Amino acid sequence: MSALSALIRRDIRIALRVGGGALIGVLFFLTVVVLMPFAVGPDLALLSRLGPAILWLGALLASLLTLDRLFMADHEDGSLDLITMSRTPLELACAAKALAHWLAAGLPLIVATPVLGLLLNLDMVATGAVALTLLAGTPALTFTGMIGAALAVTLHRGGLLMAVLVLPLSIPVLIFGVAASQAVIVGPMTFGAPFSILCALSLVSLVVGPFAAAASLKHGLD
Amino acid sequence: MTLIDLANPTRFLALTARVLPWLAAATIILLAIGLYQSATAPDDYQQGATVKIMFIHVPNAWLSMFVWGVMSLASLGTLVWRHPLADVAAKAAAPIGAAFTFLALLTGSLWGRPMWGTYWEWDARLTSVLILFLMYLGLMALWRAVDDPSRAARAAAVLTLVGAINLPIIKFSVDWWNTLHQPASVMRMGGSSLDRSFLIPLLVMAIAFTLLFVTLHIAAMRNEILRRRVRSLQMMQASRVAFSGEVGASKEVGATS
Repeated sequence: MSALSALIRRDIRIALRVGGGALIGVLFFLTVVVLMPFAVGPDLALLSRLGPAILWLGALLASLLTLDRLFMADHEDGSLDLITMSRTPLELACAAKALAHWLAAGLPLIVATPVLGLLLNLDMVATGAVALTLLAGTPALTFTGMIGAALAVTLHRGGLLMAVLVLPLSIPVLIFGVAASQAVIVGPMTFGAPFSILCALSLVSLVVGPFAAAASLKHGLD
Repeated sequence: MTLIDLANPTRFLALTARVLPWLAAATIILLAIGLYQSATAPDDYQQGATVKIMFIHVPNAWLSMFVWGVMSLASLGTLVWRHPLADVAAKAAAPIGAAFTFLALLTGSLWGRPMWGTYWEWDARLTSVLILFLMYLGLMALWRAVDDPSRAARAAAVLTLVGAINLPIIKFSVDWWNTLHQPASVMRMGGSSLDRSFLIPLLVMAIAFTLLFVTLHIAAMRNEILRRRVRSLQMMQASRVAFSGEVGASKEVGATS
C-alpha cells in the first residue's frame, strides 16, 4: 500500500514540476474553447447552446493530449522496468499511475471549467452540471486512454496512433457526458439516468483499463 | 486433428492447399445460387426493387461483426495459448473485416438514398457500424506501425479484446443517443417480420458470404505465412552478406599488418 501511495505522490510531483507538462492540458483546453467562437461566430445564444459539447470535446482532447506522458517518461528513464519487476502487482501499479495522472492532469481541467463556462455564456447551473459530469466522466477517459498509452509505449509510437486507437473507445463517455449536461440545461430528460450510466462507464473502465494496460506492458516490454 | 497440430506452418500450408479449392468452389456455387434467388425475389410493396440491396447489405453487416469475433478468438490464442498461427489469423482477418464493414456502410448508404432521401443519416445502426469501421482502421494502423510482427501481434491482441468488450457498450450508447436525437420519421427495419421469399435468399447469401470470408481468410493467412518466410530469408541473407563482408575486411587488415 505504501508503495502505491509513494508511486502516486511521485507521479503527481513529477507531473506538476518543470518538465512535467500536466498543466499544459489546461492551457490546451483554454485554447480550444477560445478557438470555438472564431469557428462558429460570436453569437452568445448559439455558444451557450453548444457550450457543454464544446467543453466536453475540449476536455476529451486535452486529456488525450497529456496521456502519452503516462508511461513514456518512465520508459525512457528506466523506472517503468523497475515498476514492472517490483512485487506490487502491475495492475495495481497501473491503476495508481492512472489515478495520479488524473489528479494532476484531469482535476485541473474541471477546476478550469467554470472560467471557460463564463466565456461560453453558460449560467451557474449549466456550468455546475458540466463540471459535475466532467468529474464523473474524465476518470473513464484517463483509464481507457491508459490502454492506448501502454500500447504506444510498447510499440515506441505515440501521438497520432494512440489518438486513433483511443478516440473511438471514448465515444460512450462523450455521449453520456454531454447528454447529462444537456438534460440539466434544456431538458426534457432527467439528469439521473445518463449521469448514472456515465458513473457506470467510469467504474467499468476502472476495472478494464488497468488489466488491459498491464497485459500490454507485460507482453510488450522486452 | 486438433488445433495444435496446425501450429506447424508447413502442415497448415499443406492442409489448406488441399482444402482451399473446395472452399472456393463451394463459395462460388452458393454465391451464384444466392444472387440468382435474390435477383428473382419479388419486389417489396413499399420499397420496390431497392429491397434487393438488403441481400448484399445484411450479410456484409453480419460479417463485419463476425470477423471481429474471429479476431478476438485469435487474440485469445495469441495471449493465452501462444498459438503460433493465431497472430497470423488475427492479422489476416483485419483488412477483410474492414472491407466487409466498408461494403456494409456503402450499401447501407446507397439504400438510404431512395429510402431516406439522403446518403447519410445518423441512424443508430449506420453510426455504430461507422465506429466499427474506424476501429478496424485503427487496428490496421497498429499492425502497420511496427515492423516486428510478434511485437505488433501482442499489442493488437490487447486492443482487439478491449474492442470486443467496448463494442457492445458503444452499440448501446449509440442506440441511446440515437433515440434522443432521431426524428421518428426514419424507416424501422422490420425485425422478424420478413417474408419467406426474402428470408431464404438472405440466408443463402449469409452462408455464401461467410464461406467467402473463410476462403479469403485462409488464403490471406497463407500469404502472410509466406510473406514472413520471405522476410526471414531476406534477413538471413542480409546478415550473411554483412557477416562475410566483416570477415573479408578483417582478413584484409590481417594481410596488410
